[in-house]
Amino acid sequence: MRSIDLAPNSERKVMDVSSGSPSPAIQAALPAKMVAKNVDAFFGKTQALRSVSLEVATNRVLAIIGPSGCGKSTFLRCLNRMHEVAGGTMKGRVMLDGESIMEIDAVNLRRRVGMVFQKPNPFPTMSIFDNVAAGLRFNGHHNRKHLAEVVERCLRQAALWDEVKDSLGKSGMSISGGQQQRLCIARTLAVNPEVVLMDEPASALDPLSTAKIEELIYELKANYTIVIVTHNMQQAARVSDMTAFFYLGELIEIGETKRIFTTPDKRQTEDYITGRFG
Amino acid sequence: MTTNEKLYFFWRKTKNNAMLLFSLACLLIAVTPLVLIFSYTLIQGISALNLDFFIQMPKPVGETGGGMANAIVGTGILIGLGALFGLPVGIMAGIYLAEYGDNPFAATTRFLADVLSGIPSIVVGVVAYIIVVLPMKHFSALAGGVALAILMIPTVTRTTEEMIRLVPQSYREAGLAIGIPRWKTTLRIILPTALKGITTGILLAIARAAGETAPLLFTALGNRFWSTAIDQPIGSLTVFIYDYSKAPFEDWIRQAWGAAFVLIALIFLLSVIFRIVTRSRYAEH
Repeated sequence: MRSIDLAPNSERKVMDVSSGSPSPAIQAALPAKMVAKNVDAFFGKTQALRSVSLEVATNRVLAIIGPSGCGKSTFLRCLNRMHEVAGGTMKGRVMLDGESIMEIDAVNLRRRVGMVFQKPNPFPTMSIFDNVAAGLRFNGHHNRKHLAEVVERCLRQAALWDEVKDSLGKSGMSISGGQQQRLCIARTLAVNPEVVLMDEPASALDPLSTAKIEELIYELKANYTIVIVTHNMQQAARVSDMTAFFYLGELIEIGETKRIFTTPDKRQTEDYITGRFG
Repeated sequence: MTTNEKLYFFWRKTKNNAMLLFSLACLLIAVTPLVLIFSYTLIQGISALNLDFFIQMPKPVGETGGGMANAIVGTGILIGLGALFGLPVGIMAGIYLAEYGDNPFAATTRFLADVLSGIPSIVVGVVAYIIVVLPMKHFSALAGGVALAILMIPTVTRTTEEMIRLVPQSYREAGLAIGIPRWKTTLRIILPTALKGITTGILLAIARAAGETAPLLFTALGNRFWSTAIDQPIGSLTVFIYDYSKAPFEDWIRQAWGAAFVLIALIFLLSVIFRIVTRSRYAEH
C-alpha cells in the first residue's frame, strides 16, 4: 500500500494554493477515516477499478482527479456501496473507522457516509424544508421542533439559510441550480454523516455558485471528512488537502495536494495536470 | 430565383400543405363520432333529467316517472369496490415491475398484463361469476366489484410501471444516499414523483370500468330496489341503460338516455376531482 503523508497545512486558506509558502511541518497524524485496500470494481465483466488502495484522512478533504472514465466516480460510489445499487460488483476491502463496510448494513453505512451528486437532485414533490428533513423523517423522527432545528442548522451549514429562510415551504425545485445543490448538501448533512462524498458537485453550476460550494467544502471539513471527485484541477487545488490521481481504473498517485500539483512523482500525473492529455 | 427554383419551392409548399390538410382531415374523422355521441347524449339525456331522476326509485312497470337513485349509488359502490380491490394490486404490481422487474417472471407478467387488458370484458364477467358468484350462490355487488377490479388491474399495473420508470434514477440514488431504506425510497419519494402519470392511468381504468355492462350482468346482476349491501345484487347505471333501452316503453328509453348522460357526467366529475386531489402542491417547472 502506498504510504500517505497525513499532514496538510492547517493554516492554508481556501484560495492560496499557488502562493507557494511551504507547508509547515506537521501536526500529529489523525487516524484514517476510511481505508480502501485493493479495491476492484466491475460493471458486469468490465473492470472499472484495479486494485485501488488509499486512505482518507479524518477531517480532511481528499480530491480525486483524472480523465473521464478513469474510475473516480466508481471509486467514490464504492465508499458508500452505491456502486452495487447501479448493478456493479466490488472486490477488496473498504473500511470505515476500521470496520469493513460490507459488514455494516448499507442503509446505516449511507447515513454515516453521505453523498452529493453531480446534478442537483432535490426531491421534486417536497418543499425546501421537507427536502432537508427527509432523511430524518423517513427514519422515524417526527418531533417538529427537533426537525426545525436540524433543518435550520443544516441550511446554515450549507450557507443557504439566509436565502431561503422565508420560503421554506416552497418547492425544492423552485430555487436556482446553485441553491439546489446547496440544498442537497444540507439534505446530506441532516442525517449527521461522518464522511461526505461529493461527485463533481459544482460541474453543473456557474462560477459564482461554484465558488460558494468550494467555500462551503472548506468550512465543512472542520466537522466532516470529505472526498470530492472533480474534473476541475483548479478546484481540486483550491479545496483539497490531499489529491489522488486516477487513470484507466488505477490509482497512479496520491499525496498532499500542493506536492501533487507542483512536483508529482509520476510522469502521467504531471502530463495530466499540465494538460498534455485528459 | 429562376423559374425552376420557383416551381420547386411551390411544389414543396404544396406537399407541406397537403400533409397538413390530410392530418387535419383524419383528426376531424376521429373527433366527429366523439362529438356526435357526446352532443346527442346530452340533447337526449338532459330532457330526461329532473330532481326525481336523482332521488326517486324506479317506478313499477307501466307507471311513468321515477328515477334511478339506486343505480347511481350502485355504480358508485361498484366502482368503489373495484378500485378498493384493483388499485392496490395494480399499483403494487406496477411498482414491482418497474423497480424489481428485471427477470423472466416479470417479463411474463408484463406480457400477460398487456394481453389481459385486451380481453373481452364479458370473459372477465364469467371469471368473476365462477370465483365469486358460484361459491356465494347468489349475485352480489361484491362479485361486480371483483369483475371491475380484474378489468382495472392491467391498465393500472402497466401505467404505474411506465410512470415509475420515467422517474430519473438520480432521485432513487438521492434517497438511498441519505440512508432511506429502499422500500421507503420507492413509496415516499419515487411514487409521489410519478403520481401524476399514475393518476391518469387510474382514471382511464376507472372510466373504463364505470362504462362496463357485460361483466356486471353476470355478477352484480342489477336491482330495481334500494340496496347498498355488498353481498346482495345491486343496480348500476350501465345495466339500467341496457335494460331500459331495449324496453318497449317510451318513458324508459328516455330514462336510459338520461342515465347515459349521468354516467358520462359522473366520469367527467370524477376526473376533475382526481386531478384536484392529486395535483402537485407546486407549479410545474
